[in-house]
Amino acid sequence: MSIAATGLKAELRRAERARKRRAFLLVLPLLLFLIVTFVIPIGDMLRRSVHDTELAGVWPRVAQQIGDWENRSRLPDEALFAALAADLAESRENRSLATAARRLNYAIDNGRSLVFGTARKLPDSAGSWKQAIIEAEPRWGDVELWGAVAQASGPLTGFYLLQALDLKRTAGGDIVSVPSNQAVYVDILLRTFTVSLVVTLLCLALGFPVAYLLATLPTRLANPLMILVLLPFWTSLLVRTAAWIVLLQEQGLVNEAMIWLGLIDQPVRLIYNRIGVYVAMTHVLLPFMILPLYAVMKGISPAYMRAATSLGASPTRAFVKVYLPLTAPGIAAGALLVFILALGYYITPALVGGAADQMISYFIAFYTSDTVNWGMAAALGAVLLTATLILYALYNRLSGSAGMRVG
Amino acid sequence: MSQTDILVSFQGVQKTYDGENLVVKDLNLDIRRGEFLTLLGPSGSGKTTSLMMLAGFETPTRGDIVLEGRSLAKLPPHKRDIGMVFQNYALFPHMSVEENVGFPLSVRGLSRAEQRERVAKALDMVRLDGMAQRHPAQLSGGQQQRVALARALVFEPKLVLMDEPLGALDKQLREHMQIEIKHIHESLGVTVVYVTHDQSEALTMSDRIAVFNDGMIQQIDAPEAVYESPQNSFVAHFIGESNALHGRIERIEGQDCAVRLEDGAEVRARAVNVAGAGSRTSLSFRPEKVHLAPASELYPNALPAQVRETIYHGDHVRIRLAVAGNEEFMVKMRFRADRPIPRAGERLEISFAIADCLALDPLDKPVRALAEAS
Repeated sequence: MSIAATGLKAELRRAERARKRRAFLLVLPLLLFLIVTFVIPIGDMLRRSVHDTELAGVWPRVAQQIGDWENRSRLPDEALFAALAADLAESRENRSLATAARRLNYAIDNGRSLVFGTARKLPDSAGSWKQAIIEAEPRWGDVELWGAVAQASGPLTGFYLLQALDLKRTAGGDIVSVPSNQAVYVDILLRTFTVSLVVTLLCLALGFPVAYLLATLPTRLANPLMILVLLPFWTSLLVRTAAWIVLLQEQGLVNEAMIWLGLIDQPVRLIYNRIGVYVAMTHVLLPFMILPLYAVMKGISPAYMRAATSLGASPTRAFVKVYLPLTAPGIAAGALLVFILALGYYITPALVGGAADQMISYFIAFYTSDTVNWGMAAALGAVLLTATLILYALYNRLSGSAGMRVG
Repeated sequence: MSQTDILVSFQGVQKTYDGENLVVKDLNLDIRRGEFLTLLGPSGSGKTTSLMMLAGFETPTRGDIVLEGRSLAKLPPHKRDIGMVFQNYALFPHMSVEENVGFPLSVRGLSRAEQRERVAKALDMVRLDGMAQRHPAQLSGGQQQRVALARALVFEPKLVLMDEPLGALDKQLREHMQIEIKHIHESLGVTVVYVTHDQSEALTMSDRIAVFNDGMIQQIDAPEAVYESPQNSFVAHFIGESNALHGRIERIEGQDCAVRLEDGAEVRARAVNVAGAGSRTSLSFRPEKVHLAPASELYPNALPAQVRETIYHGDHVRIRLAVAGNEEFMVKMRFRADRPIPRAGERLEISFAIADCLALDPLDKPVRALAEAS
């Protein structure tokens, strides 16, 4: 019996194997595509947020010697100063001094001038490099400065991640908040989540009645309405956003209409501020709320509402107790979709928002293309990804019992 | 029957959806307190629309429905206090069995303790105790059916409506539930209006059956009366099986009449629904009331027939005959050792009593085909 059973299992496995292989071959092209275009770049980007060899690349001797600096409350000894002198001289030779200066400038106030100044004033030879360097630039006698150099030497650094959370590490290794005049990133992160949340709620408030109408109308009427809902999808994002600029500007249609109606005397500022961001983003993201809601509502039999009223529930009560809970999966899917899409919004806030309305992706783009600070861009990206995953986990935990789990 | 025995009355009710065709034409119907009334008919006959008007989900285009002397015209469904069991049960999928059954009690603001007690009693009645915490998706079709029943009865409505509640169950379970619903009706004394297109279900369960066709009640009577004395050809052919032979009335003699069939033979029939001498008529015969024997004192009518086919059914044999131009004349024959089963092609005589041969209105289309096509 057992021999027959194992034989049967082996046969089953053999029969399944060909099927599995075929299934795998079918997904293989996409899998490779995703690995090359998605998994590897994102992995590399995340690595950049903690992996830092920029300084070590141009100052290899310092990076090696600084590992031997053990008592970090006292200045390092002669060997490290000698290494610094050799590295300074060599990087001046091969014109890589600017890289070192830029990298140290992130970590040290006036780091750029410090590096260039030291290199300029450094003698060709010295009995004690320690003395010579401190003579050339007295700040090298500061233990904290060396702490910053040690942290910048990599290869692993928490510098960018900490900075993305408005934190820094002191020379002694303690993590402290940066001075409040430098703290910007937590605000930006909170702003990103606030804007996304408000847009999600606006989409839900505007989309729910539309989805309900679409789901309850006869097909003959629902189809043309559905086309109107999908229309924004068929227009370029830039065109849609530009249209909002035309509508919302101070001499725009909305302001003129409100003045004509006597609602306001002076044009109201509706664009290049938060209102503009909310209006334009809600418009762009609305279909992502309506479509999942519609799909769920379409599947709710009208018999449920009838049953509820026949059992004595008023229409309002039947709606709240029966219809609304049944649409919960649609609300959950739509809200999650809109929220996560909104988190990464970049073009719309950049075009219709003011300086105080830019979201985190704006700064990621800024660091990637304007200042070429890939470490910082990667760290902001990592923080956004982590925060989103935490929120998602929290959301799933809260909504799991209500049957609203997504994914 | 006194006025207080009537719970609901439809008074000249009409309903049209498109302004052209009347789905319900002039419905006048009194529903008695405590009875089990079945609205039976093919789909599109107006039975479900009538039920929905009673429940409040449709409004009559003309006429009024009166419940205990009060017009329902202005009363929304949730204030009518009418329990309803839906075709696909319509159990709330996000609520447990207990919450589903407790729903009508919680909207009526009953205390938690009282709710629990009455839910437990209702679940006990439909033999579902122990299932209270399950969700509808975890129940079988029959169990869902019982939950729907418990939910419609738990708030003790005077009237319970059932819209083809057994349609989704398999045959065996359906027959079992028919008996169970019947027993619940008897023990609670609640008035039930039951909609179905299944005539055997109607015969099994009802105190009275209202046969619907074309937006009108064709006949309303006890099951035996509807089966034994149909008032027109539609009822004769929709309820149970009937054979039809067509002919003309020769003369009317009291409650009987003489009918000349299309092939020239003359038979005597009970004149149930005929216009007068010379008019067309359709004779209706139940398959089990026709005898494969020459005329006798009990069965004075006789007609020649030829066997086309015999079909074995275990407890009986069905014999398809050609009689007076009808090639589909069915006769049921019980087994008897002394009576051989006729073979195909054999010629013989069939006989029947006058009371078992009903002269009804002329039948233009086969009713069964009409009912099944719609």
